[in-house]
Amino acid sequence: MSPRPIIVRGGRLLDPSQGLDRLSDLLLLDGKVAAVLAPGATAPPEAEAMDARGLIVAPGFIDLHVHLREPGYEQKETIATGTLAAVRGGFTTVLAMANTNPAADSAAVIAWVRDRAEAGAACRVLPVGSVTVGQQGKELAPLAELAEAGAVAFSDDGQPISDPNLLRAALDHARALQRPILAHCEDTDLVGEGVMNEGPVATHLGLPGIPDAAEDSAVAEAIALAAFTAGPLHLCHLSTRGSLALLRIAKEQGLPVTAEVTPHHLLLTDERVLGPAGAGSLARYDTHAKMRPPLRSEADRQALIAALREGLIDAIATDHAPHAAEDKDCEFAAAANGVVGLETAFGVLMRLVHEGALDLTTLVERLTAGPARVIARSGGMVPSDLASGLGTLQLGAPADVVLLDPEAEWTVDPATFASKGRNTPFAGWRLRGRVVTTIVGGETAFTIKR
Amino acid sequence: MAIDAPQAISTAASAAWRQAHLLDVDDLTPPEFETVFRTADAMQEILSREIKRVPTLRGKTLATLFYEPSTRTRVSFELAAKALGADVVNLTASSSSVTKGESLIDTVRTLQALGVDAVAIRHPQAGAPYVAARHLHCAVINAGDGWHAHPTQALLDLYTVRQHRGGIRGLKVVIVGDILHSRVARSDLWGFSALGAHVVLCAPPTLLPRRFGEHEAWGLPPAEVEPRLERAIEDADVVMALRVQTERQHTAYVGNLRDYIRLYQISTARLRLARPNVLLMHPGPTNEGVELTAEVAQGAQSVIQEQAANGVAVRMALLYLLLAGEAAP
Repeated sequence: MSPRPIIVRGGRLLDPSQGLDRLSDLLLLDGKVAAVLAPGATAPPEAEAMDARGLIVAPGFIDLHVHLREPGYEQKETIATGTLAAVRGGFTTVLAMANTNPAADSAAVIAWVRDRAEAGAACRVLPVGSVTVGQQGKELAPLAELAEAGAVAFSDDGQPISDPNLLRAALDHARALQRPILAHCEDTDLVGEGVMNEGPVATHLGLPGIPDAAEDSAVAEAIALAAFTAGPLHLCHLSTRGSLALLRIAKEQGLPVTAEVTPHHLLLTDERVLGPAGAGSLARYDTHAKMRPPLRSEADRQALIAALREGLIDAIATDHAPHAAEDKDCEFAAAANGVVGLETAFGVLMRLVHEGALDLTTLVERLTAGPARVIARSGGMVPSDLASGLGTLQLGAPADVVLLDPEAEWTVDPATFASKGRNTPFAGWRLRGRVVTTIVGGETAFTIKR
Repeated sequence: MAIDAPQAISTAASAAWRQAHLLDVDDLTPPEFETVFRTADAMQEILSREIKRVPTLRGKTLATLFYEPSTRTRVSFELAAKALGADVVNLTASSSSVTKGESLIDTVRTLQALGVDAVAIRHPQAGAPYVAARHLHCAVINAGDGWHAHPTQALLDLYTVRQHRGGIRGLKVVIVGDILHSRVARSDLWGFSALGAHVVLCAPPTLLPRRFGEHEAWGLPPAEVEPRLERAIEDADVVMALRVQTERQHTAYVGNLRDYIRLYQISTARLRLARPNVLLMHPGPTNEGVELTAEVAQGAQSVIQEQAANGVAVRMALLYLLLAGEAAP
């Protein structure tokens, strides 16, 4: 049954994929973008009118990096709760990372994820296949089988591939299969026992540090192998100035390399391990600031913002990593890595816009057309209904749309999250900029009362 | 006959003390340091009596919860608590349900439910006492956490120096050895700096925090870094030798042990470069023949045994400040 037509009226249509930025009405028919109309134009009488005056109307966001945790870790998150969190954050497509239990290293698991998503996901779920069997980093998973089953990319995220011969082979196959390797680049030997950025805060707190060089050297190796194999390489969650310098060289040489950055690396530094701003010394060793790669220095953060602005970094990805409370409420070294990000991403990123560090069009581009390019450029977009493209409002594209209020103020309260994970470093942040409505395939998946 | 705590104790424990826990010395104020020292002076007086015991903390219970082996620190806490009339329960990682996978939080909650008033925690992971303190109403004393802090050690080091020199301000204090992995070095650096000493760190480059000393905000108070021991030790008032953790050698940190001895061992000849009345200190246990020679460890300038002895008085002072509270006469 096709969804009821929707006419989005009076909004500022912002679609960086087409360079579109003007007041327009948007007609959605049969789950697709049907027309961009002059404001107030006639629409089919049965269409549901959606008032978007004062709002931004943009393509739905795409998140290249989400841990939905299902199968295997349903106490942390499920496909249902994770995708509900996604649409609350304006995301209409998420890539589901492969480090589930069992890992997504067989067609059966990929098919299972797709079935579960079809039955109960609030947004599109594109499965990522495992690079190695069981994410063990020992032998390659059946990448062709995974691709055929619907994997749009391959990743052992969370567990860096430490054997360069495996990465080389994976990139060779990735080229043939036209799907990128999403690489978590950290040299595990250099990481060692490290649990946070090696710097002044680690020195103060006596926590073992993770040097920048752990990421830089792994990025250098991955880029060298991408150059050698011509395999499509996507660098996950970059955090250091050194990585950016290497990425620049790779892009200048025209190598098939793309990259993402997370909202937390754009907004926070390793100082956050000392606790939320203004908290006393008892708040130190805050495990909500523990992730891999770690939060870095202010100089790194500024470099990441600059790289995002100029387009050196292609996409913002949340690395949404939900955990149960007990996984975080413990000694810092013992705590799980990662933070949730889907429901806070737009609001916290708007801080960069309001501060003048980033313009709104660029922000929307890195959440829509940017990530769409990462998965589409290598031809890995399998589902036929997406052939006309994600991250765009071109005619015929899937009716994945988000309505944004750039001025609405709200306070982050983890208790209200749809995600099972409450592990956010942004609790209590007063934000300006909010997702109002999310439409997936022409159906309203989320809307707030205004 | 039980005698009550002398008036001197409550006089010394002035209103300056505001801590509910002792997790680190980095946020103690100079008056708070002074309060600890004066209270410890009063405790010394008790310890010099024939019957080394007062009932000030009678009915209170201290638990020592040690996830790492330790002799002197644990025993020192136990003697301190008993001298003040408190009861002590000792838990170590090998003898309690800790080994059954019981989490730190569960363990400290259970201790609190059993009526413990203070917990002294030794843990291999930095920050573990903070986790405990966030879940407890009772006082938490950090008895050493990972590489982070060992506040009672720093306080007894400061107290020992103060006894000999009358104060800390203006002294040249040289800390030699594995700064990177040393909770004692961190806490001593905070403490000596807060009280106005000039601190010099002397270590091989692999055992210093990376780029430490290059700029002011490198996580610890500003200190002079002098990698050449002969220069660092010149005119020193205090030389603090740190234990070389020989078990770390495989990580390439310490490097070749013969090199370490050649460059950093405290010997009689090197100690002669310091002031004649230099105090040689070491948090113990010592590796004689590695970070210092047996000759200097037992020499006239060594106050290593005094440090251990002062540990009891200083820990008594802390227990009193944290637990006596409203019970003070």
